[in-house]
Amino acid sequence: MRLDCPICGARDRREFTYVGDAVLLDRPAPDAPFEAWDDYLHNRDNPAGVTRDLWYHESGCSAWLVVTRNTLTHEVMETRLAAEVKEAGV
Amino acid sequence: MMAKTPLEGMEPLSLGKATLSELDLGRLTSIAPYRGQEAALSDALKEAHGMLAPAPNRATGKEGARAIWFGQGLILLAGPAPDETLARHAALTDQSDAWAVVRLEGDAAADVLARLVPIDLRPYVFKRGHTARTELQHMMASVTKLGETTFQIMVFRAFARTLHHDLQGAMERVAARARP
Repeated sequence: MRLDCPICGARDRREFTYVGDAVLLDRPAPDAPFEAWDDYLHNRDNPAGVTRDLWYHESGCSAWLVVTRNTLTHEVMETRLAAEVKEAGV
Repeated sequence: MMAKTPLEGMEPLSLGKATLSELDLGRLTSIAPYRGQEAALSDALKEAHGMLAPAPNRATGKEGARAIWFGQGLILLAGPAPDETLARHAALTDQSDAWAVVRLEGDAAADVLARLVPIDLRPYVFKRGHTARTELQHMMASVTKLGETTFQIMVFRAFARTLHHDLQGAMERVAARARP
């Protein structure tokens, strides 16, 4: 498996660390209802299909990435810098 | 008190068509430009040390004063003490004692490195002046191509002997496969 780091280019999976669902970028407000925090901290979908994960390019440029991939076909559809995704708000 | 290099001045090691030796780059400073200050930092670097800031995956400058791209938003200045004008545009951190640095050179150098590093090292892909933050065995490393068959490899100082061990092993195995 390879991931296209937007900074370094295509790199082997071993350079990356899987962090979890990209929902972690959408941190609720401190006073958000209990259910929002419960979802944010604990509840995850387990999709058969397209999913968005956070990966950390640990042995490379140290960037955080949002990787869109398909769990059925193992296709990696898109990799973007998490900082850009966060700033764009999508 | 005598300063010791991470590999304590190891003798150069030649096996087959590859030679490994320790490098002392002098002063090492990481440069992290402040947001929006990348261009000003590059100008200041040019003015003070003669090289522009490197783009990602590239190194600028020459032996004795090199600027090596070192990760997202990070440059390593190797050689001179950083000019104080750089501090207006970037956070500067002394890294001089933090890294072990070796040079691997020779016709078999790329073959040796290819056993340890998961990047494309073919000469028309990874060229002189290119650099990569990548993994060497299980160590975070910086690999820079200094010449046609010459590579500079940096790992954290604590891994100096592991680096030497892994490179020596790869050199032995590549040499063993070479046809006489």
